[in-house]
Amino acid sequence: MMELDDKDRAIIRVLKGDGGLNAGEVGKAIGLTQPAAWRRIKRLEQGGVILGRRVQLNKGALGFDVVVYLGVKLAAKGRVGLEDFERAVCAIPEVQLVQHVLGIYDYRLKVVARDLSDFERILRRRIMTLPGVGEVESNVMLSEVG
Amino acid sequence: MDRRILRHLQEDGSLTMSELAERAGLSSGACWRRVEKLEVAGVIVGREVVLDYRAMGYAVEVFLRITLDKTRSNAFDEFIAAAQKIPEVGAIQTLLGRVDIRMDVRARDLAHYQEIYKGRILGLPHINDVEALMLISEVKNTEALPI
Repeated sequence: MMELDDKDRAIIRVLKGDGGLNAGEVGKAIGLTQPAAWRRIKRLEQGGVILGRRVQLNKGALGFDVVVYLGVKLAAKGRVGLEDFERAVCAIPEVQLVQHVLGIYDYRLKVVARDLSDFERILRRRIMTLPGVGEVESNVMLSEVG
Repeated sequence: MDRRILRHLQEDGSLTMSELAERAGLSSGACWRRVEKLEVAGVIVGREVVLDYRAMGYAVEVFLRITLDKTRSNAFDEFIAAAQKIPEVGAIQTLLGRVDIRMDVRARDLAHYQEIYKGRILGLPHINDVEALMLISEVKNTEALPI
């Protein structure tokens, strides 16, 4: 774990608002010179706090109108290894997020689809046929804030 | 060609324009024009940083799945407005399904989580039921679209 001071936290807040800013712009937003901001950002990257940057695409503009969160229970724990399930689910391109969780489900998945019939196809052909899959609950995302 | 550019950008968001041009097999001028067009058209929204909250000392991440008392007409709005004021609450999503809302809560440890849960979460308006899933490990996390 990395010790952070108020300036580090301010940098993280600014970058969370806009990940495309360079060190000079980040510095300007919080009252640091470009080199000072650059050094701190580098330190946050080396300390593993900032893992990287990724491009944000407009899902709707690219034809992906549906996001569904799935809760998955494995049917036969132990018989089929978790690794088999994890390997197969990660290979599905429409699955963006796979989280192993503790609670009423074993895994949480986020799936993107073009529309509801596309989602149905993914659910039937890809998800329900995964090794060891048991009960699956779907919740379609309507909106997101924060 | 636009798809090829987007695929390379999805793979590595830190690429410079000349690296991107080289991978996509374009001159950097042509590549720059295409990226700018995709930005103006709103296909590329921007860039985001990927943060590791565990490295910042937030060891516990819990996903709460909440059903609201829908007999109250303004339940959603009032709940979301109040939940957004809790600093440890990350994304809040409204859902169509068995649960109405899901949201992320990050805490330093289990005692801190307990404090947030008892002190803040359970005080939110119009809650009918709360289910919690605690993150053990993240097996895959990408924003990449199958394009």
